[in-house]
Amino acid sequence: MTLVIDLLLNPTIQAILKILVIVLGFVMLTGTVLTLMERKWSSAVQDRIGPNRANLGRWRGRGTLHLAADAVKSIFKEDTIPQDADRLIFAIAPFFSLFAAMVVWAIIPVAAPIGSFRFQITDVNIGFLLVFAVTSLGVYGAVLAGWSSNNKYAILGATRSTAQMLSYEIFLGLSLVGVFMVNGSVTVSTIVANQGQYWFGDVIPKWGVFTQPLAFLMFFTAMLAEMKRLPFDAPEGESEIIAGYFLEYSGMRWSAFMLAEYIAIVGSAALTVTLFFGGYQVPWLHGDGFELFGYLLPLPLFIVTALQILAFVVKVVFFCWLVILIRWTVPRFRFDQIMELGWKKMLPLALANMLITAVWLLAWDHWHL
Amino acid sequence: MESQRHLKPLDFGSEPMTIELGPQHPAMHGITRFRCQLDGEVIEKMEADIGYLHRGFEKEAENTTYINVIPYTDRLNYVSPLINNVGYVLAVEKLFQVEVPRRAQYARVIMSEISRITDHLTCNGASAMEVGAMTVFLWFIKAREHLWELVEEVTGARLTTNWTRIGGNANDLPYGFLTMLDERLVKVEEALNEGEALILRNKIFIDRLKDIGILSRERAIEHGFTGPMLRATGVPYDLRRADPYLVYDELDFEIPVGTVGDCFDRFLVRQEEIRQSIRIIRHAVEKLPPGDFHCRDRRVWMPDKYEVFNSIEGLIDHFKIVMEGPKPPPGEAYHAVEGGNGELGFYVVSDGSGHPVKCRVRPPCFNYVAAVPEMTVGHYVADIVPIFGSINMIGGELER
Repeated sequence: MTLVIDLLLNPTIQAILKILVIVLGFVMLTGTVLTLMERKWSSAVQDRIGPNRANLGRWRGRGTLHLAADAVKSIFKEDTIPQDADRLIFAIAPFFSLFAAMVVWAIIPVAAPIGSFRFQITDVNIGFLLVFAVTSLGVYGAVLAGWSSNNKYAILGATRSTAQMLSYEIFLGLSLVGVFMVNGSVTVSTIVANQGQYWFGDVIPKWGVFTQPLAFLMFFTAMLAEMKRLPFDAPEGESEIIAGYFLEYSGMRWSAFMLAEYIAIVGSAALTVTLFFGGYQVPWLHGDGFELFGYLLPLPLFIVTALQILAFVVKVVFFCWLVILIRWTVPRFRFDQIMELGWKKMLPLALANMLITAVWLLAWDHWHL
Repeated sequence: MESQRHLKPLDFGSEPMTIELGPQHPAMHGITRFRCQLDGEVIEKMEADIGYLHRGFEKEAENTTYINVIPYTDRLNYVSPLINNVGYVLAVEKLFQVEVPRRAQYARVIMSEISRITDHLTCNGASAMEVGAMTVFLWFIKAREHLWELVEEVTGARLTTNWTRIGGNANDLPYGFLTMLDERLVKVEEALNEGEALILRNKIFIDRLKDIGILSRERAIEHGFTGPMLRATGVPYDLRRADPYLVYDELDFEIPVGTVGDCFDRFLVRQEEIRQSIRIIRHAVEKLPPGDFHCRDRRVWMPDKYEVFNSIEGLIDHFKIVMEGPKPPPGEAYHAVEGGNGELGFYVVSDGSGHPVKCRVRPPCFNYVAAVPEMTVGHYVADIVPIFGSINMIGGELER
């Protein structure tokens, strides 16, 4: 018994357990379910019924069995590798994408810390800089896959995804500089804790979207580009270059790309929530209960934590839904239009946002507004 | 010398990439092949290669009777089969010099316009889908479905309509059809408005289509463009007005024209033509006269069963039509109708026997595909999709 408690208190074991719970229990699950929900939600947009045919005898479960059907199919499908492909790179490329999509979760807190225990895999001091570093690795998945396939369409897809990365990475980073300035920190836990403060006497929560609205719009746009979702899915461009960089993939490796895409959606939604929508913060919920206009509704700690986790999940699912809704609403950019958007419109906007934030903060400090 | 060598650019041994789009490719509706030479993503050179869907319609027509050609015409432009039916029988009727009752003519106009709407809905929906607006495509397809149910009501089939006959139609408009038509047209208008609201004010959509695939008015005429493609360049040429057939000269409608002739103009022209077609249908329904749905000319239309069983002339006529088919006088006839894509012409030559000596189709999109290289060179690979989508190439019609 003491051995078990000792093990549970060991930080390494704790980290591994957190990884298992967060990544396997939430991220993989949500990512997988999103593949089905995308089809269901899109069918709702388009006046269709959506997938409902997979069945166990009479039980169809409103299409949920398609998850199992898809998994079984991709596992048993032949994993073909083209004759002239670079076999090693071709084989490992999908896992770059998958890895980059998952690492984001290392720093996302899902609830407020209790004592020294954090509901977060690790709270590194470089915070979001780690996210930038790792998510930009995701593009290697696309580039290596496209290059190693030895297929012209795949190479076009790979070049497009490089061009796209060059255009969104810059304003992705710059858009967040304002947020870091406001918070005076790049550490995730600080940024989230700061969003628990209030404006105008405990009424409006000081969420990032209210302090940095422009940054939110730019960050969300960049995240759509990062996920390679419509309107930024030029690298896949299904109508002209068919599937782009993962054209030659089949079976489980293809599924790895698809899964990476959906996990990236969940990850980006989590980042957006963490930066701009208070992360796990529930409005007017403090450590000891709800408090508004001086009235207090006391709640035990475990309920507060459960509410926070629930709020986080709800916010993340909301943004996943938003991303999918956007996909089925807007057409696709051409890749030179993406570059134009990134360099000519978003970059000056991000710089202006930085300048305005800096001036505002200085004025605030100087005149004690 | 030394400095010059220093300034020499690095030689990576790069060369333009040649890429084959098609014959199996999501953007190639049906099967066509484009061989493109790319510099980066910019198209430097392009060759169109057609013929993958050739089924020998014209040769097939020579080996069968005049009536038996009608089912083959369904498969020409397979998104507006009724216009093909009408076009072919009009040519043959010209050969026979038969007069079709006015009710049949009005019914043909109504069905042709329904087909034109289905054609334009398919084309515009597919154009939107190919630049990524999948939702609009499915909304338009839903609207098309309403119309295809109407077509099914009249002809018994959605695509293989085979509805017209030499000298009339296979049947009259069924009972209750006109009320159903009214309801369906309202639904189509709703779908049009919905779809337009989603994309026509969308910056991304407009940017993808505007100034893409421009062909000037002069070049369009030189290429022999007709239909929406020509009207998008600003030429108000419509066979329904320029050379009125059936009863189009009695019906009110306007000819929408574009200004510059880019993909966006083509999209708008087709959208407006759908509205004008709805107007034509409503007007035609209003004026629909009573009467027969076929002529009484014994050369082309079988006598009543009563006459077949009771008179020798009736029996002989029946026998001749069944065994040998209607025999037109020797001669030739060309009749063109305004198809979904443009001038759809049928040229039929007769030597007095029961089957055509020659049956040639003038497909409107042949000229368009010939002009695709001219429209695409200098654009990006991604622009092939809206350009090719806007010409609405139909393999069955192009390659026959």
